[in-house]
Amino acid sequence: MEFVNRDIVSIKDFTRPELEYIFEKAKEIEEKGYSRSTLKGKRVGLLFYEPSTRTRMSFDTAAQTLGADTIWFAGVEGTSVMKGETLKDTIETVANYVDVIVMRHPFDGSARWAADVTTKRAKQGLKKVPIVNGGDGKNEHPTQTMLDLYSVQKTQGGIDGLEVALVGDLKYGRTTHSLSYALSMFDTRIDYVAPEALQIPAHVVSFLKQKGIAQTKYSRIEDVIETADVIYMTRIQKERFPDENEYNKVKGVFRIDKSLLSRAKPTMRLMHPLPRVDEIAVDADDDQRSYYFQQAGNGVPVRATLLALIMGAVE
Amino acid sequence: MKKPAEAKKGLMVSPIENGTVIDHIPPGKAIKIAEILNLLQPGYVVIIGQNLRSTKYVLKDLIKVENRYLTGEEYNKIALIAPNATVNMIRNFEINEKRKVTVPDVLEEVAFCANANCISNKEHVPSRLYTVSRDPLVMVCHYCNFESKGEELKLKGAGGR
Repeated sequence: MEFVNRDIVSIKDFTRPELEYIFEKAKEIEEKGYSRSTLKGKRVGLLFYEPSTRTRMSFDTAAQTLGADTIWFAGVEGTSVMKGETLKDTIETVANYVDVIVMRHPFDGSARWAADVTTKRAKQGLKKVPIVNGGDGKNEHPTQTMLDLYSVQKTQGGIDGLEVALVGDLKYGRTTHSLSYALSMFDTRIDYVAPEALQIPAHVVSFLKQKGIAQTKYSRIEDVIETADVIYMTRIQKERFPDENEYNKVKGVFRIDKSLLSRAKPTMRLMHPLPRVDEIAVDADDDQRSYYFQQAGNGVPVRATLLALIMGAVE
Repeated sequence: MKKPAEAKKGLMVSPIENGTVIDHIPPGKAIKIAEILNLLQPGYVVIIGQNLRSTKYVLKDLIKVENRYLTGEEYNKIALIAPNATVNMIRNFEINEKRKVTVPDVLEEVAFCANANCISNKEHVPSRLYTVSRDPLVMVCHYCNFESKGEELKLKGAGGR
């Protein structure tokens, strides 16, 4: 398994043994604690062209707790992007300053392009600066998927044999697509709970079918609440509906509160990539099954592990 | 002197001495191919036949252009529009070489991803598409993973960019 100088662009670039290895190392970091000598003398560039709370701050925390310095911009205000600088030119420049670039960018495929740019530099004899995709438009957010899967493994003691229900906007939500692909590397059963108009795309279903994954579509959370081992909620965006009435009807159906949650198995864990709006009622926060804030916390060990692996600080 | 090869078949359009004949184009697609090959510029002698009778495909389009041969990239472009086309290189009225076009596994800088939000449509990025299926034609973008159907692909030099 080779992680040194590897770009982290898509979850599809990783195999099950590689994901399991990352999770094993993340668990070790959590148990043994972080050492500031791990990435001492290294520098991580955080290029966030778009808003982010958890991704940017957890990468920053991960890098700093391992002793790396971070330099960053959050939003393009005050950068040369405002003057029309292309992504390539920004990457070529920042690659001179840092050892790794973590980026979030509004255009689909921007992370792959940035990775191609730094690979080309390396071919010209300069050092390879790996690119970590922190979200490229509607396309991918692989480290989110890794921390989601790590959260599933951590809370359930493994991933094989689990029933995972994905709820909400399954059509446009990139996190549910990536998570479906990642779950298909394991022996899992997937429930898709969504309004008809926002159901999981056919290409995702056919990809998972080829892998022999059991998949079922549902239209109500009640259909899966008692059997699921993990419920993964996502936000339904108002702008996806032609009129407000339609949205309001759907909004109430794809919502979990304390009373509905009480019907789930005690070991079930409720997850969400956050931010939530009102799909999880605040009264559910204190239930032992609600895991979303701890899930966000898992971003730190997973991202710390990835940074350490690609910079060759952990084998 | 040899008898022109094309004359034997009694074609509706006159033979050319040197150049290229693109045959078995689906009806209605010849103009588009002529466009992407920049054959509609002044200086080229071009014959475009539309809705000609074909034994193989009932109706077909055909292009003949004098003193012009195709590059590898142009073969690839034609394949995207006319996957069953045949390209004949004519020298001295004879077919010098006959080739069937095929969509290659990787297309670079020939066609553009149909996802408007793809970085390859937003900045100066070399386009790169991989063939997922040839019939029907589906190509996936190297950058954004978007799957474009054949008819959605924008070709370079045809109002693409």
